[in-house]
Amino acid sequence: MTESTVTADQGAFATALGAIAGTPAPALLQDLRLRGRESFATLGLPSRRQEEWRFTRLKGIEEEIFEAPNAVTPRIDVTPWRVSDARLMVFVDGIFAPDISDIGDLPDGLVVSNLVLGATSGSEAVTRHLGSLAPLAEHPFAALNTALIADGAFIHVPARMELDRPIQVVFVSGSEDRTTLSAPRILIVAEAGSRATVVEHHLGNGGASLSCPVTEIVIGEKAALNHVVVQEEDLSAHHLGVRQMQLAADSRYSAQSISLGGALARTDIGVVLDGERAEASLDGLYLGDGSQQANTHLTVRHASPNCNSHQLYKGILGGRAKAVFNGRIIVDQDAQKTDAKQSNRNLLLSEDAVVNSNPQLEIFADDVRCTHGSTIGRLDEDALFYLRSRGIGRAEAIQLLTLAFAGEILERIPVEELRERLEKTVALRLAAISESKERE
Amino acid sequence: MSLLELKNLHVSVDGNEILKGIDLTVNPGEVHAIMGPNGSGKSTLASVLAGREEYEITAGEIRYADQDLLELDAETRAREGLFLAFQYPVEIPGVSNTYFLRTAFNAIRSHRGEEEIDAMDFLTLVRERMKLVKLDESMLKRPINAGFSGGEKKRNEIFHLAVLEPRLAILDETDSGLDIDALKIVADGVNSMRDPERSFVLITHYQRLLNYIVPDFVHVLIDGRIARSGDRELALQLEDRGYEWLEVEPAQAAGA
Repeated sequence: MTESTVTADQGAFATALGAIAGTPAPALLQDLRLRGRESFATLGLPSRRQEEWRFTRLKGIEEEIFEAPNAVTPRIDVTPWRVSDARLMVFVDGIFAPDISDIGDLPDGLVVSNLVLGATSGSEAVTRHLGSLAPLAEHPFAALNTALIADGAFIHVPARMELDRPIQVVFVSGSEDRTTLSAPRILIVAEAGSRATVVEHHLGNGGASLSCPVTEIVIGEKAALNHVVVQEEDLSAHHLGVRQMQLAADSRYSAQSISLGGALARTDIGVVLDGERAEASLDGLYLGDGSQQANTHLTVRHASPNCNSHQLYKGILGGRAKAVFNGRIIVDQDAQKTDAKQSNRNLLLSEDAVVNSNPQLEIFADDVRCTHGSTIGRLDEDALFYLRSRGIGRAEAIQLLTLAFAGEILERIPVEELRERLEKTVALRLAAISESKERE
Repeated sequence: MSLLELKNLHVSVDGNEILKGIDLTVNPGEVHAIMGPNGSGKSTLASVLAGREEYEITAGEIRYADQDLLELDAETRAREGLFLAFQYPVEIPGVSNTYFLRTAFNAIRSHRGEEEIDAMDFLTLVRERMKLVKLDESMLKRPINAGFSGGEKKRNEIFHLAVLEPRLAILDETDSGLDIDALKIVADGVNSMRDPERSFVLITHYQRLLNYIVPDFVHVLIDGRIARSGDRELALQLEDRGYEWLEVEPAQAAGA
């Protein structure tokens, strides 16, 4: 019966969908798969006639045939990118790899496990929240992920527990010899008064794979969650992610999203401020070179009074890279005293790089403070000359200035070891971008 | 041998001629003041010497340390010991003052074939030099000029000068916008850097700075030409009489 729901539109994914349908999973995941599959059959792949998808070129995906991930997980060396004091969960093509994970001993009540275990053990948090936030019925890739759900990470921080050690969830996707499709999934439930830092890390393992991760985060009253998301998949990879967060009263959510890899990397982020005095800070950095596409679609909904949301997204683009920043702030009618700030700043290092920046405000309350702005500019020639006039070479001066531009976001990452590593990675990427610029 | 020599320098910006034939010779150890009213071309001269690219050299030449200066890009000029203290130092958020200065310092050293200095040794040097301009230690970590007051920015320029130890320092209106205390600090910093092997070109609108940094020569730039050269007395005369009398006289002299 499930086979019949595969339409022509799903051609690229039929193989993977067919393969996953036959694999065993807890009933909860089986049900979700079915819902995802039906929804994906209805929605189909987005077309560029849809406003939300106007600037996203899916050609690279439509023309591929994606396969289910390898049955045998390849050996992967985790040392280069693991945060040394973090509890580590590694997923290869969406499948939990316990051999290379290192969760460690857990304090009573804290759950850091894979979803299959969470679902099998009948965790109420999983039953209640898994699939409850992601826009399954509206977003084709949230639907696709759900149709393919095989496993994922489940983090449950009990009430009032404050975690010192970060939790790092690593997804390695792709394969040198096959074009695979993987559906990484995370569910985080931070109960009232808890504190935690979660690093969500997407890495590539070669090839033109597609990964369509979905992250759902539920934050209880007075809880604080820091979420660092690093996407450094291969430059040939496709990454279409969805993240949806829900914040209760007096809670705080801070996110730093760093997008470096992917031929196409798009993330749709939704935050609902669902209780008074909730606060969300969303910061991001995207880099693009060659013909990379980096798209961020952000929706922050103020559903309660007295909430704050701040966003600073910065982009650095060279070559023929294209970036999209769609930032929407919605203020509900009774969300009085809303304070919302959104800023998108882009630095273009080449003539052919393009940015579409579309900040949007939809305000239905009357006593609010909302500001938004976007800038698209080139390197400050005065600053460049100032550095050169002190003896610093042109290429190095460009690097210094672009790194400084990026630094404003990187310095907000609270995990020092990760921040330092990313500063080096970003510096190398920027050097490559400015060198390719010099060759023009 | 002279350190800097300008011969019949003509410079245009967007087709407008700003400098209309400048001749100037600066020998090692000399301090030259270039004065003049607004719009006379003083800052253009400073920018051309430092290597800004939007100026068109239509005639003449510039020799610096036995090289054709116009053949060198801005960074090479700096590495060859030419330094410009900016009239409007640029704010660069995100790049720390010290990191920037060490990068510049090492670029200059490696140009000379010397080994790069490590961070600790550099810090020792920097701490010593910052005393010259009474800079607070916190300014080392802060981003370059970001949030600095006008006076702090100018002191920071002289601090850079003191660290980089150029052969030729051009100070473009370093005195403008400074109160008397800051002016004294800047002047003391410059005076402590005076050396038989180091030359200075002070570009200024006002005589005031020259009370504290006593020049060997004073040149008055009017409408893109040096209208008069002299010693310190000329600057004092300008303070009494303004620039108008010189705007007339050279024309008469030429007619005579």
